[in-house]
Amino acid sequence: MTVKTIAEAIHDALHDEMARDPRVVVIGEDVGYKGGVFRITDGLQSEFGPYRVFDTPIAEIGIAGIAIGAAMSGLIPVAEMQFADYSLPAYDQIVNEAATIRYRSNGEWGCPVVFRSPFGAGVHGGLYHSQSVEALFSHIPGLKVVIPATPYDAKGLLLSAIRDPDPVMFYEHKKMYRRGRAEVPDEDYTVPLGVAKIQRAGTTLSVITYGVGVPYALEAADTVAAEGISVEVLDLRTVAPLDLEAIAATVMKTGKALILHEDNKTMGIGAEVSAFLAENCFNSLDAPIARIGAADSHIPYSAEQENAIIPNVGMVIDAIRALAAY
Amino acid sequence: MSSVAETPTVVDGLMADDLRRLYRTMTLGRLLAERFWILSRQGKTHFVITSQGHEAAQVGSASALVRGTDYVYTYYRSMSVALTLGFTPYELFLSVLAKRDDPYSGGRQLPNHPSRLAWRVPTHSSSIATQIPHAVGSAYAARVLGQECVSIAYFGEGATSKGDFHEAASIASIHKLPVIFFCENNHYSISVPEQYEIPPGGVVARAAGYAMRGVQVDGLDPVAVYHTTREAREIALAGGGPTLIEALCVRLGAHSSDDNDRYRTDAMRNAAQAADPLPRFHDRLITMGLWSEEEDTTMREEITAELRESMIRAEAAPAADPADARRHLFAEPATSTSSAEGATR
Repeated sequence: MTVKTIAEAIHDALHDEMARDPRVVVIGEDVGYKGGVFRITDGLQSEFGPYRVFDTPIAEIGIAGIAIGAAMSGLIPVAEMQFADYSLPAYDQIVNEAATIRYRSNGEWGCPVVFRSPFGAGVHGGLYHSQSVEALFSHIPGLKVVIPATPYDAKGLLLSAIRDPDPVMFYEHKKMYRRGRAEVPDEDYTVPLGVAKIQRAGTTLSVITYGVGVPYALEAADTVAAEGISVEVLDLRTVAPLDLEAIAATVMKTGKALILHEDNKTMGIGAEVSAFLAENCFNSLDAPIARIGAADSHIPYSAEQENAIIPNVGMVIDAIRALAAY
Repeated sequence: MSSVAETPTVVDGLMADDLRRLYRTMTLGRLLAERFWILSRQGKTHFVITSQGHEAAQVGSASALVRGTDYVYTYYRSMSVALTLGFTPYELFLSVLAKRDDPYSGGRQLPNHPSRLAWRVPTHSSSIATQIPHAVGSAYAARVLGQECVSIAYFGEGATSKGDFHEAASIASIHKLPVIFFCENNHYSISVPEQYEIPPGGVVARAAGYAMRGVQVDGLDPVAVYHTTREAREIALAGGGPTLIEALCVRLGAHSSDDNDRYRTDAMRNAAQAADPLPRFHDRLITMGLWSEEEDTTMREEITAELRESMIRAEAAPAADPADARRHLFAEPATSTSSAEGATR
């Protein structure tokens, strides 16, 4: 057991899986010699060579397309889109190709690619280094969408994603890469896709969240604990498919739901979770479902403006207090 | 870097039987396409898209490939490539009729999207040019895995306007990957003529921009196409990198069953018909003394009978099951991690 950041856990998962399975390759811009703009692939090219850690031009269609072709030819590619914002040129390849390969071939062909990207705001990256794109991909049949919130989950979920026979979108919040360290086992382990985790047990209400929402919710829960508000924090970990059982279970336990994410509120993951709860857990709800998301905007560069758009811990605390008092 | 391939003769590696086989497959492609259009007019299929006018380019090029070794990425017009590789009319009828036993997609995908894992013919979508980077990905995989093969991407000239083509060509050339970019230029993207698709110089001129070998070949001559493709394959295997082949074809009919072809005048359509590769190759075989009208009649009767039998059998096959409409969105439990393991390991 070693104490690691999320960035280190992801690096180590890639390294260990490449060492374990010669079919695993890393493809992307700057992933090789430089070791990635966030140092996630640091040292991999010198160990595994220039083809297994393949530096490409700035060409996201090519990165995604080559990964897809390689996946149909016996490799297991991990394609890095340098920022989630820049996965959009490859949206066609991912949505119309990767997501449809198994379906359109009657199950004969598969596309075991992991498309991993840094995503999220709060680092003053401006409009084009701050986006949350998980909802755009979660709408697509044939894709899984995974977002770890802890170093332990980052390694275990990435190993599951690489070993999954179908395409997986893997999003790493930039602000969380080096936010803190936690224990990560050195040995091989996986965290199953599609399974949420209660990060903190409570009884007053449930915060259903993922990604950067998890540390926000945990900090808010600490703050309000002194007021006698017992917050349960459910970390979805995979947003497509959703762990509907876990979502229902926490709301049936507490009777109140606050859904939190940094992606835009309208048409976001929270809208789907909310609809599910309204349709299936209506009789368990003691209060209207509450949602926090970004203010349906692009992300501005100015710190003052960015902070006016994206959620923060203060907003979560306020929403928890209001929901508890309902 | 571009050159015009000369037409080799029968002695250049192709025996009389090879030439007759090329001609038979071209004829099979033509007659099967005509059957598809009849099914369309009868309202028995929702959509057809066929390869009339492309048969020489498709049969000639596919004959130069090694099935099960080379990766072959086709596109929706590649029916005669498929027939050359050994996909059967019966399967293609099952596909055009959206039957349950359609081996390529179980009735999900539009007609003329054949694929087979064991033959390294990957599934392709109906989007334009998206398969081209996939072909580069297969060549890249072959390099990582130490396999001796080439990867060929078939596409129309319309596809060369898309970023997928550019990004794929660029990366293939940088790493000298064993790829053949095979463009069938029929001079139309549905209705938009070549002059509004491609800057002067045609598709082959683009090869220079990628520091890639480019060859323009008479796509109405299956022998020339065969040799051009075989040469590109040998160069790729020897480490010489990719080749862009532009095979000049004609599109004899409409783009698809959803196209009225009204944007061409009668004179333009007649000019295309006059360039039909099938009678041209027929006459050449006759002149060479390798074929007779009697043999031609017999062969056409055989093919027609085979197609009729296949079509009747396919029409009687069960329709796709609505209960399977959501199957295969994801792997079912028994599926292995990499579906291509069987083909590559």
